[in-house]
Amino acid sequence: MSTTLEKTPATTPAFQQVSLARKVKNGFATTLIWLSFLIAVVPLVWLLATVVVNGVKRIPYSNWWTEDFGSVLSDEVGGGVLHAVIGSVLQGLVCAIIAVPIGMLVAIYLVEYGRGKLAKVTTFMVDILSGVPSIVAALFIYALWITTFGLPRSGFAVSLALVLLMIPVVVRSSEEMLRIVPDDLREASYALGVPKWKTIMKIVLPTALSGIIGGIMMALARVMGETAPLLVLVGYSAYVNWDIFGGEQAALPLLMNNERVSNPFDEGTVAFDRIWGAALTLVLIIAIVNLLAMLFARLVAPKKK
Amino acid sequence: MRPGDRIFQILTTGAGVFVVSLIGLIGLFLLVQAIPALQADNVNFLTSQVWQTTPDDMRFGIMGLLLVTVYSSLLALIIAMPISLGIALFLTQYAPKRLARPFAYVIDLLAAVPSIIYGLWGLMVFAPAIEPFSQWVNDTFSWIPLFAAGNVSPDLRGTIFTAGIVLAVMILPIITSLSREVFERTPTPHIEGALALGATRWEVIRTTVLPFGKAGYIGASMLGLGRALGETIALAIILTGAVGREFTWSLFDGGATFASKIAADYAELNNEISAGAYIAAGLVLFLLTLVVNFIARSVIAKKGD
Repeated sequence: MSTTLEKTPATTPAFQQVSLARKVKNGFATTLIWLSFLIAVVPLVWLLATVVVNGVKRIPYSNWWTEDFGSVLSDEVGGGVLHAVIGSVLQGLVCAIIAVPIGMLVAIYLVEYGRGKLAKVTTFMVDILSGVPSIVAALFIYALWITTFGLPRSGFAVSLALVLLMIPVVVRSSEEMLRIVPDDLREASYALGVPKWKTIMKIVLPTALSGIIGGIMMALARVMGETAPLLVLVGYSAYVNWDIFGGEQAALPLLMNNERVSNPFDEGTVAFDRIWGAALTLVLIIAIVNLLAMLFARLVAPKKK
Repeated sequence: MRPGDRIFQILTTGAGVFVVSLIGLIGLFLLVQAIPALQADNVNFLTSQVWQTTPDDMRFGIMGLLLVTVYSSLLALIIAMPISLGIALFLTQYAPKRLARPFAYVIDLLAAVPSIIYGLWGLMVFAPAIEPFSQWVNDTFSWIPLFAAGNVSPDLRGTIFTAGIVLAVMILPIITSLSREVFERTPTPHIEGALALGATRWEVIRTTVLPFGKAGYIGASMLGLGRALGETIALAIILTGAVGREFTWSLFDGGATFASKIAADYAELNNEISAGAYIAAGLVLFLLTLVVNFIARSVIAKKGD
């Protein structure tokens, strides 16, 4: 009896003996899972490298940032993307001015007032709205703004289409931020006799504000890269146009598409440099907006204490 | 109730109702604008593969667009689904906690790249790079209808094959991030229970994480499908329009999707009657993405309860 006990040490219980087949399966799955992650990183690195390597040729020159393409021929080196940057920023800002209040009101409704069926339907519809393709949003604004109201194509029409795409993102992120505001704050305010709307405006919103602004900037970065509404709703102009309500107006994606369609864009051509230069400019702007968004979002952390 | 409260409640509820009604408005406006063109259509709108929008002789049908749209999106989904699953599992089960966050951020970066840049990269960098592979597949397996010679020029660049792969990269982030959220919520006792029974890591995943997250993963994939169906400018750049050619089920076909067709022919919108044909196509795309998103959200919502 005692001899058999000595032969089987207590440190290796039977269930640690994993059969070879199970080991192989486990190793195989582990490999596949690591591999899938690597597969996803490859296009990202490849994509960014392409944009940076091809785009960096013109960006460092000051005229890239201070001039438009109005005074240079389409196959002439020189000029810059000022007109498109102005267009992109203007359209993005006007879109934000309309979409942010609506989105935040909806978020406040969902968090502070929404009970019952309407709140459920609203949540669902916001999700559905976020799945509407940008070209459909553009066609809707086309049907509404241009055909029904008879108004001209303009940067403002683009902003309206972007509003549709931005609202769901603003609602989602604001809602999330409002929900993490502790109920204690609301209750303390009510206890002092402060009306609900004042509690929301003076207590709840300021507490969540930096996080909300972060979410808004993320949404703004997203819509500034949209191309489809630009194609349908505004014409391209190579000149700076500050008037968002009238006339043709450039934006970075529209500029890229215009150069692509109207000029041969093989490597070494002017159009090639312009397209990738504009792509890098767009990526830089989006990166900056995203960085600011992250900074704002980080500011929310100390308030949780 | 105090007047300030009443006004505020009406305002926020109104914003909620507005967002809910948007979906209906989009459908309504597109339908109204599409009707005149549909009445002037000389072929069957649902079954014809022809797309001719000359105002005197309107002959347009959506079957060709529908086939290319669904075919390229399904290809993207088939490629993206397993990879996303792998990444989501990697991020939740394999990556060290310290690395999981930055890695998730890297994957999210893929979603922040504007789709026009995906399009340019897809056509100018990615397509030439996989051309030898496409050519080899085409030469070797041409006896399978899937890989038979397609209806576009033999350099095999602007094909559904290329478009599908680029689309797959574009929808990876949304499937991954949603699946990750679901997998993260796997109850810890389940995982610990499986571990206590001596399961390998893969067995833990197979017996606890996957069954728990299955519905969420499928919902996430359908959201990705919805995104792919509506993708516009990337496909407009990559896909070579095969004018007048019938769809043959070959991956080496060209063609156009709903969204890419509208984007590529945006100039046609200037003519009111031809515009109706594109709006009608947009309406079908809207309904298609609506149905897909509706199902996806229902699946996810059911799991959340």
